[in-house]
Amino acid sequence: MSVHDLRGPVDPRVDRFFDLPPVDVRELKVARSVGQRLWDQSVVRKTVILLLLVVAWEVVARVQNNPLMLPSAMETASALWHGLASGVLLARVSASLSVLLKGFALGAFLALALTTLAVSTRIGRDLLTTLTSMFSPLPAIALLPLALLWFGLGEASLIFVLVHSVLWAMAINIHAGFQGVSETLRMAGRNYGLKGLRYVAFILIPAALPALLAGLKIGWAFAWRTLIAAELVFGASSGKGGLGWYIFQNRNELYTDNVFAGLVVVIVIGLLVENIIFDSVERLTVKRWGMVR
Amino acid sequence: MSIALRKRHVLGEASLDRGAYSPTNTSSAPATPRLAVDNVTLEYRTRQHVVKATQQVSFNVQEGDRFVLLGPSGCGKSTLLKAIAGFLTPAEGSIRLDGNTIHGPGPDRIVVFQEFDQLPPWKTVKQNVMFPLVASRTLGRKAAEQRALKTLEKVGLGRFADAYPHTLSGGMKQRVAIARALAMRPRVLLMDEPFAALDALTRRKMQEELLALWEQEGFTLLFVTHSIEEAQIIGNRVLLLSPHPGRVRAELGCAEDSLHSLGSEATKARTQTIHRLLFENEVAP
Ligand SMILES: Nc1ncnc2c1ncn2[C@@H]1O[C@H](COP(=O)(O)OP(=O)(O)OP(=O)(O)O)[C@@H](O)[C@H]1O
Ligand SMILES: [Mg+2]
Repeated sequence: MSVHDLRGPVDPRVDRFFDLPPVDVRELKVARSVGQRLWDQSVVRKTVILLLLVVAWEVVARVQNNPLMLPSAMETASALWHGLASGVLLARVSASLSVLLKGFALGAFLALALTTLAVSTRIGRDLLTTLTSMFSPLPAIALLPLALLWFGLGEASLIFVLVHSVLWAMAINIHAGFQGVSETLRMAGRNYGLKGLRYVAFILIPAALPALLAGLKIGWAFAWRTLIAAELVFGASSGKGGLGWYIFQNRNELYTDNVFAGLVVVIVIGLLVENIIFDSVERLTVKRWGMVR
Repeated sequence: MSIALRKRHVLGEASLDRGAYSPTNTSSAPATPRLAVDNVTLEYRTRQHVVKATQQVSFNVQEGDRFVLLGPSGCGKSTLLKAIAGFLTPAEGSIRLDGNTIHGPGPDRIVVFQEFDQLPPWKTVKQNVMFPLVASRTLGRKAAEQRALKTLEKVGLGRFADAYPHTLSGGMKQRVAIARALAMRPRVLLMDEPFAALDALTRRKMQEELLALWEQEGFTLLFVTHSIEEAQIIGNRVLLLSPHPGRVRAELGCAEDSLHSLGSEATKARTQTIHRLLFENEVAP
């Protein structure tokens, strides 16, 4: 005899049936309060975080009361204002940004070319993996002396180290993205007769877009860091220095508030690029397509 | 209206008025089959071994057939379908489409996969259906768009033309994949368990829809399944494959079996026959 009988003992519960009246459509959709909807906006939440950080900074600086070591948020703001008004800061920013964009674009392009080669041929893949494992651990700044030797004291040297810092990190990311594209999607693409570059452009790149964007973000951050560091090390190129040079000069002259103003500009540009450019691109692409949440 | 009646109608007397798959000689098979699989052995090369998936499989698919490959899991059905699609090269034998040996994948054989991720998520439903038409340069953008909309209408997704795939249910995604394949008007439509990941109700509905579409369009279908019932419902001919490595166990006609004959004696008898052929050598575990 089994312990459990499938027919079971008599179940005392009775069968139940309901007549469903039509649902009031107004109850299905209820408006949410303005406050809740505002708090849904990441801009609002992030602004609150930033404000809190600034307040904390101001408090710490006032307690310390040593503007030479830690200028307060207000002092930095006024230094920033003076720097912007005199046009010096803007000139530095534009000098830095122009070099940065050139190096970043060239690095991104090379990364894409190298990874395209890597997914097209076996030898290309070996080339990519060998090169990335060789050069990726090499700090860009360590290459700066070499670059100065080869390209002289100018923009070319900066672009060289920028490309180095962007290229390998991005190539690794993009390649990982390409390799993660589902087998079914690949077969579908080949089924329609896509081959070579058209296959990469119409299947692999869009399918790997989340990884590609992550690669671009990392590349962007690496590029900024490398550029500021390189400018700090070898200063002005051909008379017009960038932001790193501005920070370095002001530190030498103990204008700490100007140093902070320069750093704030680096941070603000980073925030703007991340929150406006990258966010919009993501919202219009991978988020809209349900590829990332 | 009953699918069964319509199906029998088409398969019976009325196939004459469908020039597409009734050439002048209605009695005997046409000279060159649409798809000829001739003595095909397929292998996978792994690091240590060469794994034989199918062994000397031969069969012919005629124009307008709904040809089903049926066999237990792991017998090489998907492998066979991939070889016909051109993703694998036979180790032995040849595969010919309209008499020409196939080389690599091509838009004359469109595959509908089981996986839902076969639809590029970055394209709307309409763009998904247009994609092969444009990518293979079969049609220009305008014409492709029109054909896409028309085909979507046919599978009942006209309203969702501008939706992105991630907003659709599993059954709707498979319908898009089917529409995308049909819009290409391939020489042969290849389906690898397209309904296996669907719930039973949706699967039944999709089977009905596929048959209805076949009645309208008269495409040539090669359909993989491991469900005997599905094979009988969908197919007019079934090829039974033995367990690993896949070899041809039998080829049967089952045009009389349909969704509405499932209870009938003849259909039940055929189910028994198929079951016996597939499993008679199996030792109970
Ligand atoms: N990529 C691969 N590498 C090595 N062996 C493989 C590979 N894919 C499949 N096989 C082997 O080939 C055989 C046939 O596999 P296949 O996927 O064609 O089976 P199937 O009939 O489609 O099964 P199912 O009904 O479960 O989908 C299996 O024994 C499997 O182990
Ligand atoms: Mg399979």
